[in-house]
Amino acid sequence: MTQSVVVQVGQCGNQIGCCFWDLALREHAAVNQKGIYDEAISSFFRNVDTRVVGDGGSISKGKICSLKARAVLIDMEEGVVNEILQGPLRDVFDMNQLITDISGSGNNWAVGHKVFGSLYQDQLLEKLRKSAEHCDCLQCFFIIHSMGGGTGSGLGTFLLKMLEDEFPEVYRFVTSIYPSCEDDVITSPYNSILAMKELNEHADCVLPIDNQSLFDIISKIDLMVNSGKLGTTVKPKSLVTSSSGALKKCHKKPFDAMNNIVANLLLNLTSSARFEGSLNMDLNEISMNLVPFPQLHYLVSSLTPLYTLADVNIPPRRLDQMFSDAFSKDHQLLQADPKHSLYLACALMVRGNVQISDLRRNIERLKPSLQFVSWNQEGWKTSLCSIPPVGHSHSLLALANNTCVKPTFMELKERFMRLYKKKAHLHHYLQVEGMEESCFTEAVSSLSALIQEYNQLDATKNVPVQDLPRLSIAV
Amino acid sequence: MSIVTVQLGQCGNQIGFEVFDALLRDSHSFQGLCSKRENEAYQTSCKERFFSEEESGVPIARAVLVDMEPKVINQTLSKAAQSGRWKYGQHACFCQKQGSGNNWAYGYSVHGPRHEESIMNLIQKEVEKCDSFSGFFIIMSMAGGTGSGLGAFVTQNLQDQYPNSLKMNQIIWPYGTGEVIVQNYNSVLTLSHLYRSSDALLVHENDAVHKICAKLMNIKQISFSDINQVLAHQLGSVFQPTYSAESSFHYRRNPLGDLMEHLVPHPEFKMLSVRNIPHMSEDSLAYSTFTWAGLLKHLRQMLISNAKMEEGIDWQVRPPLSGLPPLGKMSLSKDLHFNTSIANLVILRGKDVQSADVEGFKDPALYTSWLEPVHAFNVWKTQRAFSKYEKSAVLVSNSQFLVKPLDMIVKKAWNMFASKKECGPRKNELRALVWARLKC
Repeated sequence: MTQSVVVQVGQCGNQIGCCFWDLALREHAAVNQKGIYDEAISSFFRNVDTRVVGDGGSISKGKICSLKARAVLIDMEEGVVNEILQGPLRDVFDMNQLITDISGSGNNWAVGHKVFGSLYQDQLLEKLRKSAEHCDCLQCFFIIHSMGGGTGSGLGTFLLKMLEDEFPEVYRFVTSIYPSCEDDVITSPYNSILAMKELNEHADCVLPIDNQSLFDIISKIDLMVNSGKLGTTVKPKSLVTSSSGALKKCHKKPFDAMNNIVANLLLNLTSSARFEGSLNMDLNEISMNLVPFPQLHYLVSSLTPLYTLADVNIPPRRLDQMFSDAFSKDHQLLQADPKHSLYLACALMVRGNVQISDLRRNIERLKPSLQFVSWNQEGWKTSLCSIPPVGHSHSLLALANNTCVKPTFMELKERFMRLYKKKAHLHHYLQVEGMEESCFTEAVSSLSALIQEYNQLDATKNVPVQDLPRLSIAV
Repeated sequence: MSIVTVQLGQCGNQIGFEVFDALLRDSHSFQGLCSKRENEAYQTSCKERFFSEEESGVPIARAVLVDMEPKVINQTLSKAAQSGRWKYGQHACFCQKQGSGNNWAYGYSVHGPRHEESIMNLIQKEVEKCDSFSGFFIIMSMAGGTGSGLGAFVTQNLQDQYPNSLKMNQIIWPYGTGEVIVQNYNSVLTLSHLYRSSDALLVHENDAVHKICAKLMNIKQISFSDINQVLAHQLGSVFQPTYSAESSFHYRRNPLGDLMEHLVPHPEFKMLSVRNIPHMSEDSLAYSTFTWAGLLKHLRQMLISNAKMEEGIDWQVRPPLSGLPPLGKMSLSKDLHFNTSIANLVILRGKDVQSADVEGFKDPALYTSWLEPVHAFNVWKTQRAFSKYEKSAVLVSNSQFLVKPLDMIVKKAWNMFASKKECGPRKNELRALVWARLKC
C-alpha cells in the first residue's frame, strides 16, 4: 500500500485541507471498526505513540494510538493555521509539520514565489523530506491551493518545482481553486496566469475547480433540502457538503460546505487505492490513462450523487440517473460543459454497491451523446471500489480530460490582458527582486500555447474518423 | 502429473481463486453416475494435479500468487482460507506496494527484472513440491500493467529456465468498449511477446463471458465474481481428469501435454478457445434434460458460426460444400462467417457418454486442407459427471475465432499510435516485434 502526503498552501488550501482531514477521519472511522492501524489508514495517517519524545514514536501495526496526518501546512500568515491548531483537529497535526510567517503575501504572486520561496526554501525542503521519510512507499503529493491569492498561488507553485527536483518519481496532483468572474481579489488574473505557467510545466495532473460551480452545487442542494417535496426526504448525513459525524461541530463558516465538496473529491479519488474492490485503480493509473500529452493534464471532475434520498431501495433508474448527472454541466466542479466538447479520455470511479454490468450498461447508454477524439473512440477507464462513502450506498466520481477547460483559460487570459494592457498594479510585482516583465510575457505565451493545443483538438471534432493505412506485412 | 498455476495481477488472482474453488467443489460433488472406485480415482487425480497435501489434511493449491500491490492478494488468501476446504500456501505469494499503473512497460521492464529472482524462486519451490511435473498454467489479463507486462516477462523467463516444460497461458481479452484506455497497447505488446514464449494461449473474452452471465445465467447485476465463476466452470470442465483411452479406467496423466499435442499441431497457431454446453443457472437446471445428440449438434454449430454460447446461434452458417480455399489466401475483407478450425478437442462428461456420437465433428469441411480430420479432431469421454450437470460437453478449439477481435485491437492500437498520442515507452518494441509476429 502506498502513502500520499498532502501539502496545503495558503488560506484556501489550509481551509480545504482542514475539511479534508476531518472527513478522512470520519471515513476511516466508519470503515475501520476495530481500531487497528491498517494499510488503508496508513495511506494518509501515521500511527504515533505520543508519549515518546522526538521522532521515535511511529508504530506500524496494532491498535491505533494516536493518528498524525501526513501533511505539511504552509501559510505566510498565522491566522488560519493557528485556528486549526486550536480547533478539534489539533492532535492530528504535529508542530513540525507547519511553516508560517506573519505578514502574508499581500495577494502578490511574486512575493509568494520569489520572496518567501527563497526565504523558506530550506525549511520547506526539510519538512517535505521528513514527511517523505515517514512513508514506507510514497506515491503521491496532493497539493491544495488557490490560484488567485499570493501564498497559495506563488509559494504553492514554487513548491511544485521543488518537488519535481527533489522527488522526481513521486506524482504531483494539484487541486487548484480558480478565481471566478466576480472574484474579490483584483490581481487574481495576474496571480493565476503566473501560477498556470508553473502548473503547465511541473504538475503531473491538475484538478481545476472554481468557487462559482461549488456555490451553484450548494444552492442546488439547499433547494432540494428545503423544498420539502412530498415523499422525499434527504438523508442529512448524505449531503456531499455535510460534515456530520466529523469532529467539527459548528458548520457555520461560510466556505465550509464548499470545502467539503473538494474534500470529498479527494477522498473519492484515492478510495480505490486505499480500499478493496473488484477493479482497483491506483493513483499512477490516473496519470497513465487520462494524460495523453504531458501538457494536457487538466481534468474536469464531477461528483454524484449530491445527496441521497431516504428511500431504502435504490432502483436501477436512480443508479442510471447518477451516471447521467455526472456528465451534466450542473454537476461539474468547474464552469464547463463536457458534453458539448471533445473528450480526450474519461475515467469513472465508482464506489459502493455497483457492479460491472451497471457500469457497462451506462457507458453504452451515454456514449452516443458524447464526442471522443478520433484516436481514442472508446477511451474509458473504470474502477470499482466496494466501500461506499459515508452516508451513501454508492457514488461516482467522473474525471474528464476534455476541451471544455478551454473557455476557463481563455476567460482568464482575457481578464489578464485587460489589466496588463494598462499596466495596472504591475509595479507591485516588478518591485520584487527577481521579477521582470518577461515573467509575464512568458506566462501568457505558455497559456496561449496550451489554448492553441485545445483549439487544434477541437478542430478535429466533427471530422469523420479515417483509418490510417496500416503497415503491410511481408508474407 | 501436476500443474503449477501462476496467478498474475488483480485479474489473474481473482480468477485463480475461482478456478481452484470450482475444481475442488466439483471433485467433492459426486452424482452417482459412475462407480465409487472411479470417483475416488477421479478425486485423487484431481488432487494430485492441482493440490498438494498438508498434515492437517487441508489441500494446498499448487499456485504462486504475484501482484505489484497487496490488496488483491490479501483478499484472495483470506477468501481461500475462509472456505475451509482448501487454502493457498503460506509463502506462495509475492507482492509489492506500488502497482504497475496499467503500464505494460513498467510490468515488463521495471518490475520484471527487479523481482525476477524472488518470483522465480517461489515458482521453483512450488515445482519442486511436485512428484512429477506437467507444466505451467499462467493466468493473466492483457489490459492492465502487471498481468500483461509482468506476465509476458515471467513467461519468457519460464521458457528459459524450464525449456522442457509446457506453458499454457490463460489470457483475458478486455471488453471492447474499454476498461483501461491504453488496453490496446498493452494487449498488442503482450500478445507479441507471448506468441514467442508460450506454448498455447487459451483466450477468454470478457464480452463473451459477460453475455453468458446475462443471457444464460440470467444474472441481473453481473459482478466480476459472476464472470470469474463462469470462466472457472469452463476451465474446470477442461482440466478435470479424463480417461486415457476408450475403455480404460485410468485417468490421463499428462493433461497439458495431451492438450497441446492435440490442439497445437503447428507452433504458429496457438490461440485456443473454450466453448461449453450446457451452461445455465441452478434453477433452470432443475427443469432441463439433455441428450448427447442435441448437445453435440449445438456445439458443432457454435463452432462453425463462431458463437460463444448456446443462445443466439446463427444456424444459417454452413460449412463450404466444394473444397476449401487454402488458408493463406483468405483476406480479411471477405466476411468470415464460417469458422475454419485447425484442431478440435471435445471433452464429454456424464451419463451414457459412450453412446455420444461425434461424427459431426469429423467432417473435413470444418478443417483446413493440410490436416486430415483424423489428426485434427479428438474426443475424450469420461463417465464421471462434472459439477451439477448430468451431461456436459466442452470444446477446445484452435480456429479462426480470434481473427476479428484481434484485428479490432490492432486497428485501435495503430490509430492511437499513429496519431502520436499516448505514446510512452516501448515504441520500438511495438514496431519491430508486433507487426512482424502477428500475421493478421
